[in-house]
Amino acid sequence: MSGFMSKFMSFSRINGDSKVAPFVVLLLTVTVLASACNLLLPSDSIFYVSTYTITLLGKYLCYAMLALAVDVIWGYCGILSLGHGAFFALGGYAMGMYLMRQIGDRGVYGNPDLPDFMVFLNWSEMPWFWQGMDQFWIAMLMVLLVPGLLAFVFGWLAFRSRVTGVYLSIMTQALTYALLLAFFRNEMGFGGNNGLTDFKDILGFDLQADSTRVSLFIITALLLCGLLILSKKIMQTRFGKVIIAVRDGESRARFIGYKTENYKVWLFVYSAMIAGIAGALYVPQVGIINPGEFSPINSIEMVIWVAVGGRGTLIGAIIGAILVNYAKTKFTAIMPDGWLFALGAMFVLVTLYLPKGLMGLWEQLKEKQQQSKNQSGNDSPNEKAEEGHA
Amino acid sequence: MNYFIKICSCLLALLISSSALAELPSAAQQPLLQELTTVKLSKTLPVLQQLEASEGADMLPLFKTLLGGNLYFVREDGRLLGKYKAQGATLYADLFTGEKLVDLTKKQVKKIKVNNRLRGYLGEAIARIQLNNSDSDVRAEAVRSLFSDLDANTIELIRTARLDEQSRSVQDVMDVALALYRADNSDDATERLQAVKDLQGSLEPPVRNQLTKLAENDPSRSVRKAAQKGLDKIAKQAEMYSFVNQLFFGLSLGSVLLLAAIGLAITFGVMGVINMAHGEMIMLGAYTTYVVQLLLPEMIEYSLWIAVPAAFIVSGLVGILIERLVIRHLHGRPLETLLATFGISLILQQLVRTVFSPLNRQVATPDWMSGSIEINPLLSLTLNRLYIVAFALLVFMILLIVLKKTSLGLNVRAVSQNRDMAKAMGIRTDRVDAMTFGLGSGIAGIAGVALSQLTNVGPNLGQAYIIDSFMVVVFGGVGNLWGTLVAAFTLGIANKFIEPVTGAVLASILVLVFIILFIQKRPKGLFPQKGRAAE
Repeated sequence: MSGFMSKFMSFSRINGDSKVAPFVVLLLTVTVLASACNLLLPSDSIFYVSTYTITLLGKYLCYAMLALAVDVIWGYCGILSLGHGAFFALGGYAMGMYLMRQIGDRGVYGNPDLPDFMVFLNWSEMPWFWQGMDQFWIAMLMVLLVPGLLAFVFGWLAFRSRVTGVYLSIMTQALTYALLLAFFRNEMGFGGNNGLTDFKDILGFDLQADSTRVSLFIITALLLCGLLILSKKIMQTRFGKVIIAVRDGESRARFIGYKTENYKVWLFVYSAMIAGIAGALYVPQVGIINPGEFSPINSIEMVIWVAVGGRGTLIGAIIGAILVNYAKTKFTAIMPDGWLFALGAMFVLVTLYLPKGLMGLWEQLKEKQQQSKNQSGNDSPNEKAEEGHA
Repeated sequence: MNYFIKICSCLLALLISSSALAELPSAAQQPLLQELTTVKLSKTLPVLQQLEASEGADMLPLFKTLLGGNLYFVREDGRLLGKYKAQGATLYADLFTGEKLVDLTKKQVKKIKVNNRLRGYLGEAIARIQLNNSDSDVRAEAVRSLFSDLDANTIELIRTARLDEQSRSVQDVMDVALALYRADNSDDATERLQAVKDLQGSLEPPVRNQLTKLAENDPSRSVRKAAQKGLDKIAKQAEMYSFVNQLFFGLSLGSVLLLAAIGLAITFGVMGVINMAHGEMIMLGAYTTYVVQLLLPEMIEYSLWIAVPAAFIVSGLVGILIERLVIRHLHGRPLETLLATFGISLILQQLVRTVFSPLNRQVATPDWMSGSIEINPLLSLTLNRLYIVAFALLVFMILLIVLKKTSLGLNVRAVSQNRDMAKAMGIRTDRVDAMTFGLGSGIAGIAGVALSQLTNVGPNLGQAYIIDSFMVVVFGGVGNLWGTLVAAFTLGIANKFIEPVTGAVLASILVLVFIILFIQKRPKGLFPQKGRAAE
């Protein structure tokens, strides 16, 4: 009975009043303010936001988008993917290939046809998968298609044979590990160890210019808001309801007659595409993509962002990603050795004491407040309705 | 300067200790040795011959030093010295006592000259001395060293020695040498043909070269044909031995995987949780070995015997601590357990980095584990890998007995089959969890001791093996030790056989892809637990 109660509670939490709208307004306000303070104010003003900060914020927002992707499948469908870094990196590589082709003959070797690393490897022509990547729209299509396709194939194979739980987590980790090994090879044609870097411009705009940086930041913020709203909407549809049903009792959902594996596969593909977009936005802002992005520890770090913020809340994932990465930036600057201790402690403490993350903590505090209000006499109608349900 | 003196004193200690067992020249030898320093170059040969025939100290160092042109003597007292080069400096040491003479200048010593006639004699004399050595391995090695420059004199030498030779293996090597000589120098085609036939079955590299030469250039067609046939046979054997070699490497990798994965399989089977800090338990075991050797530097030979139980205890206690402090509170939430243990693994890694520095540490290999068993020139098995294969199987057997024959094992099996029912029967599942976790972690620690003998010990040691161990568990299925055994050796051997074809990286990728496809067919691994409880 108590199990049913807790499941019911978590269900109502997700479909409870949404704070998405105010959150989006807040996020966009901060974005506009930061951008304006960078572009319009002189650099000696106290309110001036440096371009470095703008890029840093842009990076955080990319991570936030990635956290959103993880939350969509972990928080709502209970699939713990330890391989989302792979989709992120694949999106990043697709964007990186486009940016690489834009360098043209401005590379170190000045070869008009081939990127520097191919000249270095004595390749005479471009591999087939580099063809067409100089077209922006093809590259953007690849940003969505490559992670989506990989997620589809992997998900189809895994979910169809009902691989679940820790088995699935381990397999996703193996997936990103395999890709890590593969991308380290020079023969793969993605720049090997060094990855892709030394980008010059995007769609004709100089990547080093302040205006380009700010634009990328704004685009990231807008896309993040758009994806947040879209994900929220999806979760409110019939599809989303089935997804939540799968999380809470997959066998039951299957017995009712839903083809749960199909739902899971499509959600996995959607999540992978968000991760791909995040990667594509990350690369021009950071200026490099290398196989290190595939490393399993990156993928597992993403999970902790979501856990800190609170899974199954979407907003929590975004807040968690920004907070943890801000802490990482500060921590690694002050005491580099301490960061791994802090991160490790975060993993342990959050799972032990904060299973619903910061968002859950917020809810708990509010509930307590309400309870003390109730005890003082006047019952709230909301509370009454819930009691009636139970 | 300080550095230099340190090196000198080290070398001195080394030389003295190494020559402590060597005999000093006998009374009969002393005057001959003195004569050597005064005699003219043209009269040196008889002196050397007398020395060779004399009884007493081993003349091998003297002859070798003279052959290399490094024999000197002190002008004052005629003491014989060997000249060595160490760290770019020239040093002299007494040829028989090994005593280092640091403050000798170039003017105080004189070189004993050597010419080609003497060199020819010395080469043969060295071979003769070695051919009379009491150790059959040294005799065989001496014959082998003659393979490259066989001439009438050395052949005569070998032929004489062959008559008195008792050891079968040395006889064989000598026969090869004789046949090689005949195949190369005989004018008679039938004799060459016979020699080629005698050479068949030998795997020495010079035999192969000689046969290649004959197969291409010999005037007689039948000799060419026979040589070609011999070559084909050698190629076939080489193929077989490289197969055996790969199999051995695969078994060795498999046994490492077995040691690393078996603890993981037990904890996963009993508690349904994946311990992401398992790799760090391996690392702790390896560092325990390092610390044991650090604390007992004079007992390197026995250090592993101390390290195995020590590592088991250290890793086991850390495992029990983790279970009591963290995992117990996450009961029934396997994904959260995975995250929490991952956090622990980060903390342990950083802890080791802070305590022992991020650099890799070298763990010494005891003498009885280093070296290799040479089965034939194409196949030699390194001893450390051989021991680790045996050790892994031993650990496996012990674990099997623990699980089948002890009450702890009975409880562990009961809990892994049906936790609720076991609890209802009065098994303290709480305690079983802690013991299982300790046992699994302790075995990981033992795996660390084994790994420290194969690779360097560093903070990332566990990380390198953890994903492969997971694959073994996924492949082998849970709750069945035999599944882990088969999976570990299958993956190890498969890896080593794909590796030469595709390269190491692609090999591990292919294995991963294979496992992903494999669990399509068998989602519960090779040996799934059967029955209703196995949902």
